[in-house]
Amino acid sequence: MRDIHTDHSCNSPRTPNFRQRRRSNEIPAEINKSNGNFLLVDDKFKYRSMWIRAYSSMWMLASVSLIVYLGHLYIWAMVVIIQIFMASELFNLLIRATQDRRLPKFKLLNWHFFFTAMLFVYGRILSKQLVNTVTSDKFLFRLVCNLIKYQMVICYFLYIAGFVWFILSLKKRYYKYQFGQYAWTHMILIVVFTQSAFTVANIFEGIFWFLFPASLIAINDVGAYFFGFYFGRTPLIKLSPKKTWEGFIGASVATMIAAFTFANFLARFQWLTCPRKDLSTGWLQCDPDPIFKPEYIPLPGLISHWLPWKEIAVLPVQWHALWMGLFASIIAPFGGFFASGFKRAFKIKDFGDSIPGHGGFTDRMDCQMVMAVFVYIYHQSFVVAEDYSVETLLDQIMRNLGSEEQLALYAKLGQILQERRL
Amino acid sequence: MQKDTSTSAPSTTSGRIRHRKRSNEVIPEVSKANGTQLLVNDKSKYKSMLIRAYSSVWMIGGFVLIIYMGHLYITAMVVVIQIFMARELFNLLRRAHEDRQLPGFRLLNWHFFFTAMLFVYGRILSQRLVNTVTSDMVLYRLVSSLIKYHTVICYSLYIAGFMWFILTLKKKMYKYQFGQYAWTHMILIVVFGQSSFTVASIFEGIFWFLLPATLIVINDIAAYIFGFFFGKTPLIKLSPKKTWEGFIGASVTTIISAFLLADIMGHSQWLTCPRKDLSTGWLHCDPGPLFKPESYSLLGWTPHWFPWKEVSILPVQWHALCLGLFASIIAPFGGFFASGFKRAFKIKDFGDSIPGHGGITDRMDCQMVMAVFAYIYHQSFVVQHSLSVEMILDQILINLSFNEQEALYGRLGEILQQGIPGKF
Repeated sequence: MRDIHTDHSCNSPRTPNFRQRRRSNEIPAEINKSNGNFLLVDDKFKYRSMWIRAYSSMWMLASVSLIVYLGHLYIWAMVVIIQIFMASELFNLLIRATQDRRLPKFKLLNWHFFFTAMLFVYGRILSKQLVNTVTSDKFLFRLVCNLIKYQMVICYFLYIAGFVWFILSLKKRYYKYQFGQYAWTHMILIVVFTQSAFTVANIFEGIFWFLFPASLIAINDVGAYFFGFYFGRTPLIKLSPKKTWEGFIGASVATMIAAFTFANFLARFQWLTCPRKDLSTGWLQCDPDPIFKPEYIPLPGLISHWLPWKEIAVLPVQWHALWMGLFASIIAPFGGFFASGFKRAFKIKDFGDSIPGHGGFTDRMDCQMVMAVFVYIYHQSFVVAEDYSVETLLDQIMRNLGSEEQLALYAKLGQILQERRL
Repeated sequence: MQKDTSTSAPSTTSGRIRHRKRSNEVIPEVSKANGTQLLVNDKSKYKSMLIRAYSSVWMIGGFVLIIYMGHLYITAMVVVIQIFMARELFNLLRRAHEDRQLPGFRLLNWHFFFTAMLFVYGRILSQRLVNTVTSDMVLYRLVSSLIKYHTVICYSLYIAGFMWFILTLKKKMYKYQFGQYAWTHMILIVVFGQSSFTVASIFEGIFWFLLPATLIVINDIAAYIFGFFFGKTPLIKLSPKKTWEGFIGASVTTIISAFLLADIMGHSQWLTCPRKDLSTGWLHCDPGPLFKPESYSLLGWTPHWFPWKEVSILPVQWHALCLGLFASIIAPFGGFFASGFKRAFKIKDFGDSIPGHGGITDRMDCQMVMAVFAYIYHQSFVVQHSLSVEMILDQILINLSFNEQEALYGRLGEILQQGIPGKF
């Protein structure tokens, strides 16, 4: 959440502080002290800033809806673009103007590592989809298969090339600075790519698994903002002074309820629930997963007297949605606290200023990142895993493997089972 | 080696109070005076050589013993080395003053270490663990469910550590704490990345662990000896004692020994067989086409009096040439990285566990780069398996009970028999 300090800057006195003039992004220390305990409820300028935030939020919501409508490939493209912006913002944080003038190649090295990470991550995740897309053309198919087979080696050599380049570019007085940059580059790339890798994996399992968690985080944010706006009194954590317990609890309840109902709503769309097996952009048809088929739960006698319905239809996915809502309201905000602490530690106001009223892309994505990773792991462990039975695996074998591979699997399985019988 | 010559050069204590803080810091004036002195010209070099040789003999001896004892013990050795490396690296950027105000912060490092250990070794050894406990029904079910939810368990542990970190952020220590957090992650990634690949290689066959490690040692020793006797031209500013003569001599030696060692090692079943479970007994297996000798006739190439008419080469020796090439040309960059790192942060060695060599991280710097390459090379060029077959096989073995697996096997057999009559 963005601090509203800029609006108050004309009111409070400023003592000369030379560091301030370097970066417009720094929090003036005195203002921080005087406004540090200002809650949103007492803030006079809150309505104006609320309108700015609402305006940008509308735009973001509209563009996300459009892209979801367009499909998996476009969502993936959107994720990649967001990633590039985030990486730019974070790389720019590292640059210290005077020293970098003598080391011009570091920017290029950062983007080299970025490109390598992109190739590695998306190569692994989308390999199956890529193969399924090029099955028509024989030459392209073989080319793609070979690329996938040697993908790890290619990425490894690209990384080693960057590593060697880094070592050869070490300059006598700048060792510490350069090593620091190298370490931060790695941390940035790991943070940015881990979560986007899991996001993209979720997308191709079904847009539902991307859209639903993202909406929950947005709902939690908006809920916390409004509950804090009207009722916020008790500060929540020193790291983010504008967050309050009332906002937190109100948002948690709102998120859990919204999770249960919104999941029901979203699950009705085949566009959102069907997995995408290749990289096409056309319409999707599939047999919906049992998790999206309604189960009828009979209502207990007492309640059914008062209401006309004898039983309610609940999709199994709604129970999963409750768990996701719980995580989104309790644990995902820690991503925001982490980002706030980070900004305080390094005395920066926002990661960037692309979005008016909200800050940079990283400011918006901080909680989303934690959520995306959780959803992927939850999905792999509790949603997909329940499906495994002799029938479904046999089905997978028949569908996904060629005849030679099936024989190879049969032989290997036979070997393993034989060893176990002994 | 600079410790020995420090008495000869004048060390002016020109108001450098920082020196007295850590005995580990390089004294800059001595460094300048001896910085360009190559090993060839160093007078007390024989004494330091003997110290290094003594520790080397002990290390090699201990290593050989563990190889003899087997896969599980080698893994244990790797884990112990890892713990020592992590401890050395965790202690490097510690600042005592800040640490006093943050009780329990050190514990967070070890929490992340434990989580990483569980994650990495859980993945690699999961299949083999399952194979080990097939006898006992209760244990089998317990282990299977642990493996099934392995990722969730590790993720929860990580998130717990993450939340713990955020809740312990203290007002004036933000920058220090974030720096330590990032540093911890980098250390764990470096240490566990390479050790996970090492352990994976071990269970594919000790050969794929022993050969790369030996090549690095040979490269190191050969570079030392060639530099000792012939070194004149400095190689790189980062490591002033390394020379071009040492580098080239070592490269040639390494490639030739790679070819020969692969032949010797390839004939031992103990080294070439993969290990399917966590037992420690003797191993028998079909060595695979890579370790079966192929004969090449020498008739057109050599004169009449040459006694051998044909030479038998194991196909794996060609792979060994690639490994040797990498070990001599690229792996030393791991050493340069460590040297640059030490200069950047003004430390002499990562630790002092090994006399004459420094700490364990000093010995492992090139090994780390090599271990990763060896595993990736093995997975890409040596092993002929299909990714999807492995994935589905994993799913079958993890998610189905033993009876269900047998049922699947039976039904698959029926289907395949129908589809391809005569092929069965």
